[in-house]
Amino acid sequence: MESLTLSDVEQKYYSDLFVYCDTDNTKKVASNGRVLDLFRAAQLPSEVVLQITELCGATRLGHFGRSQFYIALKLIAIAQSGLPLRVESLNSVKDLPLPRFVVGKNEAEARHAALYQDAESQGLYPPSSMAVIPRPPGRGHQNKKGFNSHKRLDLFCLYDFQPEPTSPVISPHQSPPTSPHSWRKHKRQHSGGNPDRQAVGAAAGAVWTQFREPPAAQGPGPVEGIWASHSPPPPSQESWVSFTADTPPSSTLPAMHPSSVQENTTIRTVASASTTNEIQRQSSSYDDAWKITDEQRQYYINQFKTIQPDLTGFIPGSAAKEFFTKSKLPILELSHIWELSDFDKDGALTLDEFCAAFHLVVARKNGYDLPEKLPESLMPKLIDLDDSAVPEQPPDVAYSASPVEVTPNKSPSMPSLNQAWPEMNQSNEQWETFSERSSSSQTLTQFDSNIAPADPDTAIVHPVPIRMTPSKIHMQEMELKRTGSDHNHPTSPLLVKPPELSEEAKLTASMKFVAANTVGDGYSSSDSFTSDQEPIARQRSQSGASPEALKVVAPPPPPPRPQPSHSRSSSLDMNRTFTASSGPGQPQSSTTAFPPAVPPRPLPTQAEAVPAGGAALTTTSPQQIPQQPNFADFSQFQALAASEQPSSLPEVDKHSEAGQVEKISEGAGPLRTVKSDGPADERTSTTAMCSSGPLAPPPKPVRRRLKSEDELRPEDEQHGAQKSGIIAAPQTAQPSIPRSVGKDKKAIQASIRRNKETNTVLARLNSELQQQLKDLLEERISLEVQLEQLRPFSHL
Amino acid sequence: MAVCIAVIAKENYPLFIRSVPTQNELKFHYTVHTSLDVVEEKISAVGKSLGDQRELYLGLLYPTEDYKVYGYVTNSKVKFVIVVDSSNTSLRDNEIRSMFRKLHNSFTDVMCNPFYNPGDPIQSKAFNGIVSGMMVQTG
Repeated sequence: MESLTLSDVEQKYYSDLFVYCDTDNTKKVASNGRVLDLFRAAQLPSEVVLQITELCGATRLGHFGRSQFYIALKLIAIAQSGLPLRVESLNSVKDLPLPRFVVGKNEAEARHAALYQDAESQGLYPPSSMAVIPRPPGRGHQNKKGFNSHKRLDLFCLYDFQPEPTSPVISPHQSPPTSPHSWRKHKRQHSGGNPDRQAVGAAAGAVWTQFREPPAAQGPGPVEGIWASHSPPPPSQESWVSFTADTPPSSTLPAMHPSSVQENTTIRTVASASTTNEIQRQSSSYDDAWKITDEQRQYYINQFKTIQPDLTGFIPGSAAKEFFTKSKLPILELSHIWELSDFDKDGALTLDEFCAAFHLVVARKNGYDLPEKLPESLMPKLIDLDDSAVPEQPPDVAYSASPVEVTPNKSPSMPSLNQAWPEMNQSNEQWETFSERSSSSQTLTQFDSNIAPADPDTAIVHPVPIRMTPSKIHMQEMELKRTGSDHNHPTSPLLVKPPELSEEAKLTASMKFVAANTVGDGYSSSDSFTSDQEPIARQRSQSGASPEALKVVAPPPPPPRPQPSHSRSSSLDMNRTFTASSGPGQPQSSTTAFPPAVPPRPLPTQAEAVPAGGAALTTTSPQQIPQQPNFADFSQFQALAASEQPSSLPEVDKHSEAGQVEKISEGAGPLRTVKSDGPADERTSTTAMCSSGPLAPPPKPVRRRLKSEDELRPEDEQHGAQKSGIIAAPQTAQPSIPRSVGKDKKAIQASIRRNKETNTVLARLNSELQQQLKDLLEERISLEVQLEQLRPFSHL
Repeated sequence: MAVCIAVIAKENYPLFIRSVPTQNELKFHYTVHTSLDVVEEKISAVGKSLGDQRELYLGLLYPTEDYKVYGYVTNSKVKFVIVVDSSNTSLRDNEIRSMFRKLHNSFTDVMCNPFYNPGDPIQSKAFNGIVSGMMVQTG
């Protein structure tokens, strides 16, 4: 053999080819099969091939040693250039183009070749496709993004976060921080014989080369890049696929790997499993590109399985942390990767998320900067959304779409990128829509803010805060993401609010209204009260319902009753006290006949008693209090009534009552009189006196005048009730007791006052009388003593 | 619209603090530090039912002539403090609340990250992004 002098480019190229042929990984001998295939790919007539083989000495040796191989390659180049095959020509031919090997209809290859052509200014490289033998079908895609393919390979290599870097081909120039060595980082056994690995390596190599295509500077690079096949770790190969810093024009990779341009970008074209092809393909779309090829995905899935056998399950954060820590990336970057890949922010990784994370790690290992946002192609498909929960594209599908046929021995099933893409794109779109929805969290918050400016009136009543804890919001976001439901969650609580609010509004409104009402009829009974309030409340609630409702969520409105209209808190209590007091009051009332006879002073007492009783009796509430203004008015009436009373008590009372009645009169005439606040006293007395009906009618019209219809209604009710019964005062009082609460209060207070006054008066009187009695007794004693003294000693 | 946003851990050491750089940052750091007292005071006052977001939001801690300080505490006693420039059109209370909500959400995301050790300074890009979004508005 003649000594063979190869140019650097040639050297690299041949090395790669040798590696490629070195299926046995002997690093010494290229397998015959591969070599022959290679030679065949050279598109040379078979006899030429034979001749070459002979010339190079392989025939003699029986195998292709490295030198033989190189010679053969050179001869092929010579032959391809049309020169006669001569051993002498080996070294004599200058500017010999590199041998071209055509693999097949690989578009990629063709493109590669084209790329190379463009890139290769030297023209050393024939425009024909420098085919890599095991060209993955999808290569074509990659070509566009040679960069991508580069990346792919690198990434793929990174899959194994093995501590020991056994990168087959690591050119020293390799700038990428993650040299192919790093590939070995993963746990996979990086045995040299691992075809996958090699494939990875080769793929990476291919990537590199492709990467370098554009840079014309890399003469051999592109050519080698074409080889982008598997790269066994040939020690001799000094030119590993270098991740040149050059950015192929076609590359759209985001962050170009800073790896310096490698002059020697010899892609180890190691015949390897189809994985390399896949890898190439994978690397090709990094960005379009950040796509995960099926091979990669399969790998990821396998890794996923090691952690979590259930593919639909989650990997907890801690396990993922350990796993990714093996990649030896800085924690900060891992943290960032996590942020990007954990899409649903649940602290666990689904298969999709895991693949994305893995992919990002691989990318980072290869030197690609992490994106700021998760690339579309990496976005996890929502499991819920996708019918096909399996993220991985079935290879078959892919293959069908693959335009390029992979050499059978190379790629068992190469899912085509194309196939993967559209699905991912779709899912991405879906995902994106979800991501849009994820912003609903914002809308959620805004919702709250909308609620905030609620009607101040209602707000005043029940300033209920909206319960939206952050975690809740978060959950809601997740839900939205997952289910795509639009604000179902938030709206539900919100929806709940309005009714509550309306109630409250009602209450407030009613309360206010009631306050305005002079007649407390509504109060006399809870029902009536409510009924009074409702219409009023409705008006108000309508106005402020929704915004207020939202605000007023939490606490249910307190019972309306104890509000403005009632000065006292619990009507029932008052009623009870009233009934208690009504006991004594009743007899008093029953004895209302007295009052008229009683001197004026006691009158008030009686009046007090009466109202107490009357209030209890009537319980119609209206009488009292609710309306202080009425009270005042009634007091005037009361005065009149009082003045009238002495004259003709019963009748006067009645009349006064009637006059005063306005208020709600419960129903029974007697009772009705009680109603008025102050005057209630007298009225009660009169009402008590009047057993039934006569008063009823007169009060009614009076009432109507003063009261609203609403009040009248309850009053009428009471009225009728009382009428029907001519019930004993207490009895009538009872039904009205609840109503009369408010009124009772005033009446009770008044009656109490009066009673107290009476008490004091009586007490005074009593004391005086007792004093007089004592005096008298003393006088008597003294007189008796005197008498005895004066009596003559009769007994003597 | 904040001029300064701070995240303080349960033990009252800062996890994250960022101010609009044009201003004297030390002043804001000091302000945040002093506001912690007010926060503690409010926390102890609102001792009843915790967990309600309303109580998480502490509201205006104290105003000075230049700015106002708002506070927010999470259930795990992590405190968020926002300093807002008074000259700014006074932000509505709800806007402040929404800012806190966003902060809380991104803080939760940071916490979910297994690579984040609680107690470490927050270095998440996403979190930074959100904070920047809030501060950039100030201009």
